[in-house]
Amino acid sequence: METRTQTDKTVDLTKEEVRTPSFDVSSLAGQGDPMLAQNPVMIDVRGLHVYYGDFLAVKNVDMPIRQNEITSLIGPSGCGKSTVLRCFNRMNDLIETARVEGVIEYHGVNLYGDSVDPVEVRRRVGMVFQKPNPFPKPIYDNIAFGPRIAGWNGKMDDLVEESLRRAALWDEVKDKLHESAYALSGGQQQRLCIARAIATSPDVVLMDEPCSALDPIATLKIEELMLDLKKDYTIIIVTHNMQQAARVSDRTAFFSVDVSERGRTGYLVEFARTQDIFTKPEKKQTEDYITGRFG
Amino acid sequence: MAVTSAPTAEVLVRRSLSAKKRDVRGRVFEAVLILTLLVSMAVLVVLLLDVALDSRSVWGERTLGNFLTSQLSADPATAGIRQALVGSLILMIFTAAIAFPLGISAAIFLEEYAEDNRFARIVNANIRNLAGVPSIVYGLLGLALFVKILGGITGPEVEGRSVISGGLTLGLLVLPIVIITSVEALRAVPNSIREGAFGVGATKWQMIRHHVLPVAAPGILTGTILSLGRAFGEAAPLLLVGGITTFFQSGDATPVEQLRGRFSAMPVLVFRWASLPQAGFRALTAALIVVMLVALLLINATAIYLRNRFEKEL
Repeated sequence: METRTQTDKTVDLTKEEVRTPSFDVSSLAGQGDPMLAQNPVMIDVRGLHVYYGDFLAVKNVDMPIRQNEITSLIGPSGCGKSTVLRCFNRMNDLIETARVEGVIEYHGVNLYGDSVDPVEVRRRVGMVFQKPNPFPKPIYDNIAFGPRIAGWNGKMDDLVEESLRRAALWDEVKDKLHESAYALSGGQQQRLCIARAIATSPDVVLMDEPCSALDPIATLKIEELMLDLKKDYTIIIVTHNMQQAARVSDRTAFFSVDVSERGRTGYLVEFARTQDIFTKPEKKQTEDYITGRFG
Repeated sequence: MAVTSAPTAEVLVRRSLSAKKRDVRGRVFEAVLILTLLVSMAVLVVLLLDVALDSRSVWGERTLGNFLTSQLSADPATAGIRQALVGSLILMIFTAAIAFPLGISAAIFLEEYAEDNRFARIVNANIRNLAGVPSIVYGLLGLALFVKILGGITGPEVEGRSVISGGLTLGLLVLPIVIITSVEALRAVPNSIREGAFGVGATKWQMIRHHVLPVAAPGILTGTILSLGRAFGEAAPLLLVGGITTFFQSGDATPVEQLRGRFSAMPVLVFRWASLPQAGFRALTAALIVVMLVALLLINATAIYLRNRFEKEL
């Protein structure tokens, strides 16, 4: 429907602000980094609500995700960051009671439209999970599975090597491609999962707290990898670690949670460039969280 | 004070550390546990020894091969277990052919496809109950269904008392066990593997075929083979659907005719021989039991071997 580029923004600021009053659009306009400012919106989230049964789990999320950027979702536990992340590749479909309202437009197509096949969505929007979850198979097969079922018919050996190189894992595993992935360390397993995710050449890679089960050195490697990968991919990452969000992401969405008798309902507090979120947040709530007064 | 306190402290500590405050209850409990273990093992050992000793006279007079391959007979000196051995073997194959595909498929549906609603829970609870139904009840079901109603199909020549009827009955008997063990094996597959497969764009079928089933296979295999062991030892249902123990000839019958013909089986033979008055059959019964125990041991060993092999591959 629309590609909201930087040009749109500067031309029609007021319209933007009316539609998404929850954050200051002018802060999105690239300050300092001219490249950043020109990245077009790839996934546009508008009026997203997620229900489990008739319980509202996440409400009112409006968030344009820009191409070749790293967008991080932060916030206290139970604020629905992971739930929102799992909307981007329709992983929530696996939960029988989950229901999504609102629009998530991917290149202008609503991912929750009637004719959209979630399997096709997941081939374009890859995912890396919180706990490394390689398949109990050889390293090679872990990478080759996705392309194979997608009907890829190029030279598989090359694709496996390229994916592993891209995930900065090739040198460590090139001599044991046919050994079980379970023999790798946690950090290696997570990089294998990243290689597995990019082997199907997706547009977007979702990462759900990818470093929470890793030691600091492995975490550093994954973060370097993310910065390298964003040249080719759009990355959305959920993280508990604010420093990580500050280190790697271009934009940050801060979520918070309303606690009622029936449960916890998460909502988006503020979405802006990462440096703005951390240096001059618009909302008091954000500032409290960033400075450690809450959560 | 400072001079004397050091050795005093050491002495005190040594005394308190080495003080034999016996945990009397704990020791009594451990002793009772060991005792119960010894009692149950003793019962088993006595049983095995008794059977082995009783069968000694048979092994003294005849070779194992002679006992296994001789025909059923009313004369204890020449009677063998050939038809029962072959019958049990065919029954096991038939039972496996019925129960494995049905049971494993049902388990995959229940665990991977069925929504978790009231209906699914009722079905699940009922399958668990079915696994506890006495085997004689399955025998009655087999008698009514496969022998009486479907006798024209299962065994027209023998009034339905055929291998097919026996195999179907045993198949029904182990079906709930196969389903339950398969469901447990599927449930033990970590969800993260399913998510990983979905995450790279697998369909549900591809996820199950390439990731869930290979991981669950050792568990499914072990459970199903162990359930065969149960079917192997069942006498009651086969007595009802017509396992016989007198001499019969089926040498030149076609496979279909054999399946629709009469049959014998080892547990049925144990039951019959044990009730015969001649002293010779007492030893034969014991020998037959030894053969059955060895066969059961082989079945269980196969299950364990296959499980270990599969698990190593992961």
